[in-house]
Amino acid sequence: MIGEFSPGLILILGALLVPLLRGRLRAIYMLALPVAAFAHLTTLPHGDLGIIELSGVSLTTLRVDKLSLLFSYVFLVAALICVIYSLHLRDTVQHVAALIYAGSAMGAIFAGDLVTLFIYWEAIAIASVFLIWASRTEDSYRSGMRYLIIQVGSGVLLLAGVLIHYRQTGSLAFGALGLDTPGGLLIFLAFGIKSAFPVLHAWLPDAYPRGTPTGTVFLSAFTTKVAIYALARSFAGTDILIPIGTVMAAFPIFYAVIENDLRRVLAYSLNNQLGFMVVGIGLGTDLALNGAVAHAFADILFKGLLFMSMGAVLFRVGTIKGSELGGLYKSMPWTTGFCIVGAASISAFPLFSGFVTKSMIMTAAMEEGYFWIWIVLLFASAGVFHHAGIKIPYFAFFAHDSGKRCQEAPLNMLVAMAVAAALCIGIGSFPDFFYTLLPFETGYRPYTLDHVVAQVQLLFLSALAFTLLMRTGIYPPELRSVNIDAEWFYRRAGRSLADGARMAAENGWKSVTHGIGRTISVVIAYVQRHHGPEGLLARPWPAGTMALWTTLMLGACLILFYL
Amino acid sequence: MSAHRDPKEKRYWLDDPANVTRLVRVFYVVCAALIAIDVFVPKHGPFAIEHWFGFYGFFGFLACVALVLIAKQLRKVLMRPEDYYDR
Repeated sequence: MIGEFSPGLILILGALLVPLLRGRLRAIYMLALPVAAFAHLTTLPHGDLGIIELSGVSLTTLRVDKLSLLFSYVFLVAALICVIYSLHLRDTVQHVAALIYAGSAMGAIFAGDLVTLFIYWEAIAIASVFLIWASRTEDSYRSGMRYLIIQVGSGVLLLAGVLIHYRQTGSLAFGALGLDTPGGLLIFLAFGIKSAFPVLHAWLPDAYPRGTPTGTVFLSAFTTKVAIYALARSFAGTDILIPIGTVMAAFPIFYAVIENDLRRVLAYSLNNQLGFMVVGIGLGTDLALNGAVAHAFADILFKGLLFMSMGAVLFRVGTIKGSELGGLYKSMPWTTGFCIVGAASISAFPLFSGFVTKSMIMTAAMEEGYFWIWIVLLFASAGVFHHAGIKIPYFAFFAHDSGKRCQEAPLNMLVAMAVAAALCIGIGSFPDFFYTLLPFETGYRPYTLDHVVAQVQLLFLSALAFTLLMRTGIYPPELRSVNIDAEWFYRRAGRSLADGARMAAENGWKSVTHGIGRTISVVIAYVQRHHGPEGLLARPWPAGTMALWTTLMLGACLILFYL
Repeated sequence: MSAHRDPKEKRYWLDDPANVTRLVRVFYVVCAALIAIDVFVPKHGPFAIEHWFGFYGFFGFLACVALVLIAKQLRKVLMRPEDYYDR
């Protein structure tokens, strides 16, 4: 069918025209792209569409069902919000890269087979790195390189896994896979890198804080959520995901507490929220899967909102280090307000989006009887409020007055934040419509008296702990520093190893070249002795001598012939 | 901080430390009230621990204190100068 193409292609191909447009026209055009993609989306029926036959292999480029639709809605909303947020930019590279990136994420969501998934998986990696490089610093260039190597590496693992899987089963379907085959294992690992499993996560807090103020908002929305979607598609109910997700939810919060770069704090809290989703996918019950994908939906909005507020601070003040900020509520009251809405949503305050989504995962863990998993997740819930809910707004906008005064964020940024904030409150306060979009019908009700009271108690007393630690001076101050993480293995240990190897190679090479040099000089000396200006074989000889020698040689041949 | 501040600049309500103290006291009262109403809330959770008096509140408090104290100790192991990776 001619109309059966992925809505992602509207963004990808549409992005290519952006460089031709200028000013207001470009703004209107970029805003129209997600709207056009949505309009196209509404015309598509459910089912496997856009099937392409390619040398005997059939590829499903467009699978429309409840799960892919849910993610496509939030991706389009995120794309629209991010475009609004970056309208003030005069950077064509960023505009084009961001739209291709969002479109590729959409394409991956609708992929019905693993080859289509792989193509978009790599497109996501390549398009997104330009949002990091667009910072145009040495630091962001290097970080972008590391990011690209890891992301493309994840794609290579995916491709290897897909090929092995295809040889073994003859199927390319992007459906449920197991961990019992090498192909499935490789695909799992590829998904794991992109969804930032512990130890495989270091690219996330490394690269995201180095993107441009607007680019990081895009980054936070798409890459990891595509991976979560892929896990939900292929590895729902895989037990190993439960401990993996629990570790993911817990360990980044320690880093978040001591981190000074507030966008890196958010990157760690993104990692922590992904942990909740991974646990939900691992539990695999209807409620848990609903919770995982609903939380991914909500996270795109509230994490985007938090990144937008921090991006606005970075844009206006020029730094995002907690040690240098404070008191900005006086200069940026609207941004402060939107940031607090994002903070309340990620912390799962009643009436905000996190409350109606994360609780499904918590309840599912309880129902399945995972006591210790539940306890750790509860600890992580208190922790996320602590670092994302309190620390971010507190150190940026309140705390001690840094004396910094700036303008409020540009109007387009405020509009984007307002839309995201409205959605966070809308989902949290009126969850019924949102629940109808989820893949399963579970009849879950978030607003029960004991749930609300328990959550408010948990959050208020967490805040009490912060207040007491702050006022007694026990709370660790924001310090200019970096904290070593898994990236240490390739940025320090790996580099030392590489340096050592390079030194050894250089020394080896030196002795080789030295040896070759000596040989060459011996040869040259020999040649020079015989062929040089004074050499025996280089003297100008008279033609008569030559004739004599020729005659002698011919004579010798004659004699030898007759003997 | 206030030494180099423009004297004509607007004074905000939160600039007065007495107001901050007032705010914090109100917050303490709210926390106490939240724990107190725990007695009146019927509980349905499957785990026995949830039915303990004020479990969620005390857990949140202790979790955050533990989080901060452990993270503070972790700094000794993890913290490096800002240019650590550039050297």
